[in-house]
Amino acid sequence: MIKNILNLGDAALYCDFGKEVNKETNTQVIRYFKSIQKENISSINNLSPSYNKLIISFDLKKTNFKDLKKIIENLNITNEDNLKNKTIEVPVCCDENFALDIVRLEKKLNLKREKIYENFFSKEFFCYMTGFIAGMPFLGDLSENMRAKRLETPRVKVPKGSVALTEQFANIYTFESPGGWNVIGNSPLTIFDSSKETNPNLINPGDIVLFKEISKKQYENYNE
Amino acid sequence: MSKNYFQVIRAGINTTFQDEGRKNLYHVGIPFSGAMDKRNYLLSNKLVGNEINSPALEFAYQGPLLKYFGNKINIAIAGEVNFKIKKKDIIIDGNCYQSLNLENGDEVDILSTNKSVYGYLAIGGQIDLKYQWSSCSTNTKAIIGANDGKKLENEQVINISKLNNQSVERKLDYINTKIENIRIIKGTNFDYFSDKGKKIFLEKEFIVSKLTDRMGMRLEGPKIENVIDTNIKSEGLIKGVIQVPADGNPIVMLSDHGTIGGYPKIGVVISADYDKLVQLSPGSKIKFKQVDLSSAENLFKLYDLETQNLISQIE
Repeated sequence: MIKNILNLGDAALYCDFGKEVNKETNTQVIRYFKSIQKENISSINNLSPSYNKLIISFDLKKTNFKDLKKIIENLNITNEDNLKNKTIEVPVCCDENFALDIVRLEKKLNLKREKIYENFFSKEFFCYMTGFIAGMPFLGDLSENMRAKRLETPRVKVPKGSVALTEQFANIYTFESPGGWNVIGNSPLTIFDSSKETNPNLINPGDIVLFKEISKKQYENYNE
Repeated sequence: MSKNYFQVIRAGINTTFQDEGRKNLYHVGIPFSGAMDKRNYLLSNKLVGNEINSPALEFAYQGPLLKYFGNKINIAIAGEVNFKIKKKDIIIDGNCYQSLNLENGDEVDILSTNKSVYGYLAIGGQIDLKYQWSSCSTNTKAIIGANDGKKLENEQVINISKLNNQSVERKLDYINTKIENIRIIKGTNFDYFSDKGKKIFLEKEFIVSKLTDRMGMRLEGPKIENVIDTNIKSEGLIKGVIQVPADGNPIVMLSDHGTIGGYPKIGVVISADYDKLVQLSPGSKIKFKQVDLSSAENLFKLYDLETQNLISQIE
């Protein structure tokens, strides 16, 4: 449930679902997000679901904070499971040319790379949110012994397809972009496809992601 | 190639096609985009007799040099812009906020935006552009929108698929006022900052840095001290949000911003001041002034009314 609704500036509602980042809280956020989306409220410009927040930005010409807050508070959010989760398998090549930060990560985590990959590939990930850059999925949760901080100096360019870790999360760089996450491999899979207007993202909030290791050769011959 | 087109001789620094932007895609990771200075964008279209939300060329600092081929066409430029029209034997200093005719072989040379950042060139007709999610706005980061998601490039052409039926003669008396005081509402993490930090934010002057583009505006000045945490759990962003990372220098999110961010939000620029904010060029001074929500809402009503008035003055 929404604990509190504040204004973010003069044209957005900031809905707080509680301090904790976990699946339960995030499932609530996604439920609200999908229910509001279904209502097709014309004054709403955008919905930004994240771990434990939902930001609703609106057209100040059509409504205001007080009126829209009332509408959101009185919405019927069904408790039925309206999350149609998919399970997506993402191939990752961990060749040294792709695993830009594996050496650093071995030191940070005090784990051998074999163990890091074993942990990573045996994990089932949950997609909390997508964004920052188009289509980038924020996936969790890594076990306690796999949690590393961001690079001290972020890279100016992280290659497209990079699979990277930080804290309890993993992500996939859908474009070449600046970034500070620890890169452990690269996926040839297209995660964001702008030619698909109805659903450009392969991975959406609520989906389950399994990573699967592939060889350099399989990577090079990869055909979707 | 269509019958009526512009040849791009010089593309300019950051020239893109823009309209009102695209909605309901933050959750996918795609920002709103659209014209940075919305009022000037709308005015440019009205001056050439277009629907006011038609695509226009947005340029920053130095604009493009375009040569026109085809039947007589109307153009108009809005903003604080120095430009020239080159006809067969004559070079004319261009006036902003006035419709102008171009004939086959004429050139428009947009030299600079004067003490500002963005200007708009509207073309009287329909430009042949690709739309994605109901908008042609070029987003060079996500590589979407008109021009294959790229900035304008030298030697390309801009095809006009349809000219407006009649050429218009339209003019507006309008002067852009430059403001250094930008009004804000306190952000959701305002209390992450020390009393001194809050005071600095609301009372001291900042300078717009060179690291400023359509995504964001970085500011330099006295450091804003954080006493709680320099990171928050990553969450959504909207344009106008002012984040303060660990180094204590504020960053204002602009129209092409990343849709998720993990730095504390100290404030949000009010909607009424956004057009003025984006026109502050690197080196400009900026000072934030706090207002409450109801004042911000009233100021937006005034801003919107003024924009509507200006639009209705052009006939």
